[in-house]
Amino acid sequence: MAVAEPIVANDQDAGQSGLARRLAHTWRQPKGFLGWFCNTHHTDIGIRFMVTAFIFLLLGGVLAAMIRLQLIRPENSLMGPDLYNQVFTMHGSTMIFLFAVPMMFQGFGVYIVPLMCGARNIAFPRLNAFSYYLYVGGALVLWGGFLTNTGPDVGWFAYVPLSGPAYSPGHRADIWSQMITFTEVSALGVAICIATTILRHRAPGMTLNRMPILLWEKLVISIAVIFAMPAVMIASGLLLLDRLVGTHFFNPAEGGDVLLYQHLFWFFGHPEVYIIFLPGAAIISTLVECFSRRRIFGYTPIVVSVVATGFIGFSVWVHHMFATGLPQLSESFFTAASLMIVIPTGTQFFCWVATIWYGRLQLRLPMLWCFGFFFVFLIGGLSGVMLASVPVDLQVHDTYFVVAHFHYVLIGGALFPMFAGIYFWFPKMTGRMASAKLGAWHFWLFFFGFNITFFTLHFLGLRGMPRRIYTYGPDMHWQGLNILASTGVIFMTAGLLVFLANVYRSMHTGEIAGNNPWEDAGLEWSVSSPPPPYNFLHVPTVSGRDPLWEDPPDQPVVVGLRDDIRETLVTHSLDADPQHKDEDPGPSIWPFLAAVTVSAAFVGSIFTAWAIPIGAPPVIATLIGWLWPRGQSPTPLPNEVPWIH
Amino acid sequence: MNREFVFVPARFSAQAMPLNPGHHSVLHPAASQAGNIEWLYWVIFWILFAVFVLMVAAFARAGAKSRVLDDAPLPIIEDDDGDRRAGWAVGSALAITVLTLFVVLVLSVITGKRVEGLTSKNPITIQITGHQWWWEISYPNSQADQTVTTANEIHVPVGTPVVVFTNSADVIHSFWAPSITGKRDLLPGYSSAFSFQVDREGTYRGQCAEFCGLQHAHMGFSIIAEPVDKFQSWRQQQLKPAIEPAASESSRGREVFLTHACVMCHTIRGTDAGSRVGPDLTHIASRNMIAAETLPNTAGALAGWVVDPQRIKPGTQMSPNPLAPDELQALVVYLQSLQ
Amino acid sequence: MRLHLHIAFLFASTLWLGSCSREDRILRQPPPANDTLNTVQISGLNPGANSIPTPPNSNMYQESAYAVAEGQKLYEEYNCVGCHAHGGGGIGPPLMDRDWIYGSEPGNVFATIMQGRPNGMPSFRNRIPEYQAWELAAYVRSLAGLLPKGVSPDRPDRMNVKPSESSTPEQIPTGITGVPGQPK
Repeated sequence: MAVAEPIVANDQDAGQSGLARRLAHTWRQPKGFLGWFCNTHHTDIGIRFMVTAFIFLLLGGVLAAMIRLQLIRPENSLMGPDLYNQVFTMHGSTMIFLFAVPMMFQGFGVYIVPLMCGARNIAFPRLNAFSYYLYVGGALVLWGGFLTNTGPDVGWFAYVPLSGPAYSPGHRADIWSQMITFTEVSALGVAICIATTILRHRAPGMTLNRMPILLWEKLVISIAVIFAMPAVMIASGLLLLDRLVGTHFFNPAEGGDVLLYQHLFWFFGHPEVYIIFLPGAAIISTLVECFSRRRIFGYTPIVVSVVATGFIGFSVWVHHMFATGLPQLSESFFTAASLMIVIPTGTQFFCWVATIWYGRLQLRLPMLWCFGFFFVFLIGGLSGVMLASVPVDLQVHDTYFVVAHFHYVLIGGALFPMFAGIYFWFPKMTGRMASAKLGAWHFWLFFFGFNITFFTLHFLGLRGMPRRIYTYGPDMHWQGLNILASTGVIFMTAGLLVFLANVYRSMHTGEIAGNNPWEDAGLEWSVSSPPPPYNFLHVPTVSGRDPLWEDPPDQPVVVGLRDDIRETLVTHSLDADPQHKDEDPGPSIWPFLAAVTVSAAFVGSIFTAWAIPIGAPPVIATLIGWLWPRGQSPTPLPNEVPWIH
Repeated sequence: MNREFVFVPARFSAQAMPLNPGHHSVLHPAASQAGNIEWLYWVIFWILFAVFVLMVAAFARAGAKSRVLDDAPLPIIEDDDGDRRAGWAVGSALAITVLTLFVVLVLSVITGKRVEGLTSKNPITIQITGHQWWWEISYPNSQADQTVTTANEIHVPVGTPVVVFTNSADVIHSFWAPSITGKRDLLPGYSSAFSFQVDREGTYRGQCAEFCGLQHAHMGFSIIAEPVDKFQSWRQQQLKPAIEPAASESSRGREVFLTHACVMCHTIRGTDAGSRVGPDLTHIASRNMIAAETLPNTAGALAGWVVDPQRIKPGTQMSPNPLAPDELQALVVYLQSLQ
Repeated sequence: MRLHLHIAFLFASTLWLGSCSREDRILRQPPPANDTLNTVQISGLNPGANSIPTPPNSNMYQESAYAVAEGQKLYEEYNCVGCHAHGGGGIGPPLMDRDWIYGSEPGNVFATIMQGRPNGMPSFRNRIPEYQAWELAAYVRSLAGLLPKGVSPDRPDRMNVKPSESSTPEQIPTGITGVPGQPK
């Protein structure tokens, strides 16, 4: 029975290296080939999410370059329609499902959130690891399909009836639908881990109104994920039933409804945009505060905006469907809702400007990327206002104008903050600083190339070039603009190569970073770089929104967590009062095995119904292994014991 | 609001944009619908352009004003006075934002009403059915023999309102002629209607805007706006059955048509060919383009299309027809006689 | 590391072998086969046991889901439905069972379509290109469950012919034993 030890702890105390050694032993992760699959620590899983997602960014980028190459001249014979349809579908699906969400939500969230909370590990670490392997499973299914000529060719939205059984023979659309199930279950799992970590594992003293903005945004996104993902899983599930079992959900002849699919899909699809953008905004808020050397202006308005975005994001999905022909009243309603979402986003922008204005700006590398974000996302946001207006949308919907718009929003809202965040947390993840000089090259090449490519697409859209066409006639006069757009790819590619070189070089020869190279306020900067497997020697307490800036040197820490088992502290969700101690389940092979068996059953079910009865027993077996009771029940904290010092 | 005032800079920038083809562009309206939308587009554009300039200026000013060149970590400043002033600035910026959004909302609702409401009587009615990958156009009439059926080319009288009913035979398509009006999806299982009125004579190109499979790229159509009398004579001509072949070669061509794969899919009224799978060819020679605006309607293009359509539109429903040269020649002569 | 590569290679090659022909979109047709099937009239009655070999370059239509789906479209468009219904038969014999008068090999079906058969089956020679006859043959065979499930089309977007589950067996019209492409 664990009893809080009445010792006063302080990082300067003698004997702390002994404690560090004992904790490192207790929290160690298994090594070796098999150990890699047993790892459940959030920093490792988070970095795996990021690296995997980045690989898919590069693969998606290769597809994008193929698209640009195909469109570089009229009647190009580089790709036929069959391959081109697969390529643009794969590009969209890869970028959204395999890159943007896993990187911005899962990757950053899993890595940063527990550190910012002052927790020793993420809540439900095995579910977290399971989510990673499931995501990899979905990615392998999709790309395995593509490499074997079974790549989905129905667009990343897979509208019925085109994706239905009558018009998509073979298993291409099935692969797409199953991939959705995989990646969305993965996102759901991580959402539960992150929301629980934020609500139950915050350091004592970090009440809701002292939570860093990044944690607020991650919390809102997690909840949005929990509400949005089921919609798309229902859509893809019904599609699969239509395709594999012969149901008639989307068959108009039998009373099915093709618009139902679009409603379900976009009820997920639009919140998805905010699931991708809000993590970016969270990174920006963190960085603006750090590099303006000033507490962020408008903490409360920003938090309210984030929560409002989470809500309003669910009421605008129909603006993807204006062209289906809606009654005027609902058009007006959804226009108003779509315009309304500008208000919270605008609030955040204004607060960022004000923070910079009244602060002392240090334009270091991550901040350079923030300015890139401001410029790019601003353009994307403003063209979004145009698209919210129904008449304008009816003209530019499904043209390259929209392509330009959402690349400005998504690359602006995800990729620029992502690079800002990677450069910012690079020292924390690797212990070394990334080269600022190479980083600046990377920025300017990428920024220049991006704007060349995507600003040009606005004009192509206004000139009437629809999306998803594999070729066009010479009499359409779209060639010049397409050549211009394609040249930008060269600069973006060069920028990405510089980034990879920078990462490689800086990991080996970069300047040693120390705990807190940017002098930032977040708790993650109070631990060594990279963080030890137990994260915090003593679970910290905080007394303000910016712990490392505000807390006095003698800020108390939590003691009394045992060092011979993996004990974590559970606190109250509102005011972060300690409630009880829990035990981290520790490394395990079962999440990996469960992910493998689940993947096998689901992939198999595309090809034969036997995969369900044959695949179910292994799934059940791995789940039994996973859930086999072996631990202790949560230990209540003794009352009135001085366990915070 | 004075439209010219808005349009002068708008026109200027439209011309400044590179490579202006004119005939397939949102910014070159030929109908009041597209005109209204273009007006709205430019109004919103200039409002947002002003916002953009202000925001960029604010960021640039903020950066320039507060930048310190020292990379060494600086202490954190406590600045209650700054907070108060920033509060006022952010508050008023938000108020302006809300106001601007409200203006955009009102303008777009008003324009939406203008685009959708057509008050004239006696419109002509057109039924458009989307197929993979062509458009079936018919001008329904209560008398069956007064119904015109054609494909891909929509003739309309100038200055007359047109009501379009849409439907789809297979997957979702989207009807879009940028110079005329906004898009409308053609959904299987749904019938919907919209209207437009072309104000200037001319031929305006349009294209399918919703991804519809392999040949989505080659699913064009055109709207041919002509004076009422010309339209009426076109209509009368379309109502007639196909002319009897005059020359022996075109008579032979008809024979080829009726004994080969053509007859399995196409209709030529006045002959035995009556299948509704592909476009109605009764008056194919009166059209400017074939294969859904993909090829000009010339003898060479027609022959190439008949022999190997899969080279031009891979995946199209039209099958290759390896005809003997003289058969092909006769067939083309016959098809070209079908005025 | 080497082990990883081997496993990955094995995995990839299995996938590739398993899927290549099923997912082919045959957009450019190969030149018509040697015309024996198309032109030589086989005597009036052609017993089922007498199987006609399928020319090798036509096998791909039996293996490509796309070709079978094209056959499904053509089956409607060329009004095969008019006589054979959706496989249940009517004026013409049903196509869902496996006892076919003129044989069920692809070559037999192809010959039946191209040459026509007594008592009503017209000849489509010269009316439809050869590859479409192969696609039709492939689809028709899928109705009888003669093609692998991965290749057979699932339900089309039209009214279904499947009798409702609550209807009693005697109400099921003869010939209907299941739905195309689904296990019986």
